[in-house]
Amino acid sequence: MAILRAGAGAGRAVRGRLDAERAVGHACLAVFGAFLYVFLVWPMAQVLWRSLLDNDGRFLGLANYLRYFRTPAIAASITNSLTVSLFAMVLTVGLAFVYAYALTRTRMPGRGVFRLVAMLPIFAPSLVSAIAFVYAFGNNGIVTRQTGINIGIYGAKGIVLAEVFYCFPHAMLILVAALGAADARLYDAAAALGASRLKIFLTVTLPGVKYGLMSACFVVFTLVITDFGIPKVVGGKFSVMATEIYNQVIGQQNFTMGATVSVVLLVPAGLAFVVDRLVQRRQYALVSAAARPLEPGRGRATQALLFGYCSLIAACVVGIFLVILTSSVVNRWPYDFTLTLKHYRFDTAGGYTALFNSVWVATLTAVAGTLVTFVGAYLVEKRRTRATGVLYVLALLPVSVPGMVLGLAYIFAFNAPGSALNTLYGTLAILVVSNVVHYFTVPFLTATTSLKQMDAEFEKVSASLGVPFYRTFWRVTVPIALPSVVGISMYFFLNAMVTLSAVVFLVAPGTELAAVSVLLLDDAGESAQATAMSVLIIGVGLLVRLVYWILLRGITRRTQAWTVATAQPTARPRSQP
Amino acid sequence: MADARPPAVALEGIVKAFGSVTALREVSLTVRDGEFVCFLGPSGCGKTTLLRIIAGLERQDAGVVRMAGRDVSRLPPGQRGYGIVFQSYALFPNLTVARNVAYGLQTRRAARRDVEARVDELLGLVGLARHRQRYPAQLSGGEQQRVALARALAPSPSLLLLDEPLSALDARVRLALRQEIKALQRRLGITTIMVTHDQEEALTMADRIVVMDHGVVEQVGTPADIYGEPASLFVARFVGHMNLLEAVADARPGWARLGPHTLRHRPTPGARPGGPLTLGIRPEEVRIGAAARAAENRLTARVTSVQFQGAFTRLGLRTCGEGGPALECDLAATALADLEVREGAELPVALVPGALRAFVTAPAGG
Repeated sequence: MAILRAGAGAGRAVRGRLDAERAVGHACLAVFGAFLYVFLVWPMAQVLWRSLLDNDGRFLGLANYLRYFRTPAIAASITNSLTVSLFAMVLTVGLAFVYAYALTRTRMPGRGVFRLVAMLPIFAPSLVSAIAFVYAFGNNGIVTRQTGINIGIYGAKGIVLAEVFYCFPHAMLILVAALGAADARLYDAAAALGASRLKIFLTVTLPGVKYGLMSACFVVFTLVITDFGIPKVVGGKFSVMATEIYNQVIGQQNFTMGATVSVVLLVPAGLAFVVDRLVQRRQYALVSAAARPLEPGRGRATQALLFGYCSLIAACVVGIFLVILTSSVVNRWPYDFTLTLKHYRFDTAGGYTALFNSVWVATLTAVAGTLVTFVGAYLVEKRRTRATGVLYVLALLPVSVPGMVLGLAYIFAFNAPGSALNTLYGTLAILVVSNVVHYFTVPFLTATTSLKQMDAEFEKVSASLGVPFYRTFWRVTVPIALPSVVGISMYFFLNAMVTLSAVVFLVAPGTELAAVSVLLLDDAGESAQATAMSVLIIGVGLLVRLVYWILLRGITRRTQAWTVATAQPTARPRSQP
Repeated sequence: MADARPPAVALEGIVKAFGSVTALREVSLTVRDGEFVCFLGPSGCGKTTLLRIIAGLERQDAGVVRMAGRDVSRLPPGQRGYGIVFQSYALFPNLTVARNVAYGLQTRRAARRDVEARVDELLGLVGLARHRQRYPAQLSGGEQQRVALARALAPSPSLLLLDEPLSALDARVRLALRQEIKALQRRLGITTIMVTHDQEEALTMADRIVVMDHGVVEQVGTPADIYGEPASLFVARFVGHMNLLEAVADARPGWARLGPHTLRHRPTPGARPGGPLTLGIRPEEVRIGAAARAAENRLTARVTSVQFQGAFTRLGLRTCGEGGPALECDLAATALADLEVREGAELPVALVPGALRAFVTAPAGG
């Protein structure tokens, strides 16, 4: 065994490289910290500061806030926002719960199709649903004309309707996950004790999805209160906080009042986020590892009823999308249904440049966002230092920052005289950065979760073998996490395609984006062109989703040999800390 | 054997606290070159913390870690020159068996051919040459653990650290792997430190055992020492099975009173006359029936239970009448046949002085 003993103790002069390794680790953390500081903390601090100044830069204290609360026209936006958000939340979560229940707890046919159809709204910018509702129920809507009933779509009613449509898939996904994780043993026990079906539903099913329901409520509430597109299109004179910011900044050039409304808007969104985090922390213990999955039951009457319900919802979704598609290819909706492609010529508002810009920005957002969130999550999770706790909290912040507020913050930070980063303003780069920051938290948490599932000893084994961490990161961590990495990049791409709120303040001549074009075309009365642009956005989204689906299948097949390992409990609980 | 070389590992006054909890209190010990040492103790005794300090995965609050005379206290893990195997295996699931074993070799800018040769050699050594191109998930638990061992040994470390390497395996695989690891360690002559909470594992594998409790080393010795001469009541309780009888020290040194009886025991330093003593005797050392007749320290006992355990039978006994101390006695099948045992029977029992250990018990409240 000469070869085994040779080299023992010798040739271990590796001090230089390992010191360099530590330096690389610290440098990466510093870059990540600097990114969060420059593109999140500093701009948000600007918003807070500007809300205390007047438009000439004089310090006013809280005078802006007093003026906001005392001006009835502006102050109404607070109650309007809350009312609309609460109504939309209750309706969306109620509708989505029954839908998700049908998908997970029955064996009705077509569950896969129902699920796909309900996902469609994710591929369109929020305001598209509002445009479609106007086409259907507006003063000249097709339903209004056919039935003669005008439901008065402009205002709170229309906002709530369109928001329910837009938020439905988000709530459904959460509830499907919650309802899917049921423990059959509880149902067996309840049935053995002679409980009625209603009693089982009230004592087993509902408590089991309690946290899922709460989470869905918070997500929908935050989506609605921070949404700008829908109230802009269908709100009419009904002002909400997000549109109020837009009106103050774009309409009246009153930046300080925009900042003031922004800070107030941060409160409910931030509160919803904090409560949601507290609730989610308690969710994990609910279904234990020993749980037996629930087999859906066979109640025929219930199943038929639920099938009818799902069909109705799916028909509504398909109907709305048909309105969008049809209105874009007919001469003059709803008067002249001759087919034409003239709306796809886009004679104003950037035309096809906007679409190409959008695809390009979405691609860059996917690449940059995935890189920053995954590497950031890795540094925070695996290379614990004193700084990582602060970085973790900062990484969670963006989800509670409404897009409008982030956009305004970027104006303050990157369009100020004398700012070194002014060169960013008016470029595609600032759009990419704002998208990365706006959608930062969810991918960051996804990456953290998938990193937490990996054996904590990987890094220690590498260290003992003298292998630097970045090599193990590249050879082991990234390949194992590839499915989540791909999922993260898809999340960034799809959101970047449809987002409106942050970028609406940041587009400039030459950097128009498709979603903003939809808004501007609709504003200019070119509704048909707006829906045509929407159709193209939806098309790109669906196409990219398909590409990702094929990509993920390829990855799954290629890694099938070793992914069995993750299903095994590789890291058993240690016998001592 | 006089050895002029410095010990493979020397720990001097290691102290470690996690917040207000002290994990290690001034632990000092040495591990000789080529020795197989086990850190044994219940969970929370500090054995894993001690191993992680040697590995450089945890930094001690005070004390020095030396390896072959060199102070490595401040060196990062990669520069200390050891291989480690964790309880979870921590094999990289996306790399084949061969790539896992080669993981620590490829950074050393070794020629590709040399790396391949080394991988072959190690896989041959652990008997997994056939599984070169498989992924960890395609191997059994025992095979995975052997890959982890090969990976740790690949860069020719001078020290092998094993952190509860067998506790994730089922009983039969564990027994086989015990032998294998021990044989491999002998062949390579590599200094090895293993952490375990399984006393049987420690007794069968180690050259020397370090028994730990509450961050303190209770006893260091060969398996025979630890089993035969436990230095403290804790060691007596933790290693093997031991009958423990509460007694009182007699005026004569080397004698103790148990109920109406006065028994002679192994000499114990520090026993005060009238002070509490705990007498200890292993079940297989209790003589019973004819074997007890002529022996010293004879008592009568009543059989309270008879438990058939396969190779031997364990008798539950009660001495000194109703409410007296209980005692267990292991009898081989042959000895049992000569004895008429049934529950309720009265039999003579002897606790021979050579086997009767005595531990000074701290008086309550002291």
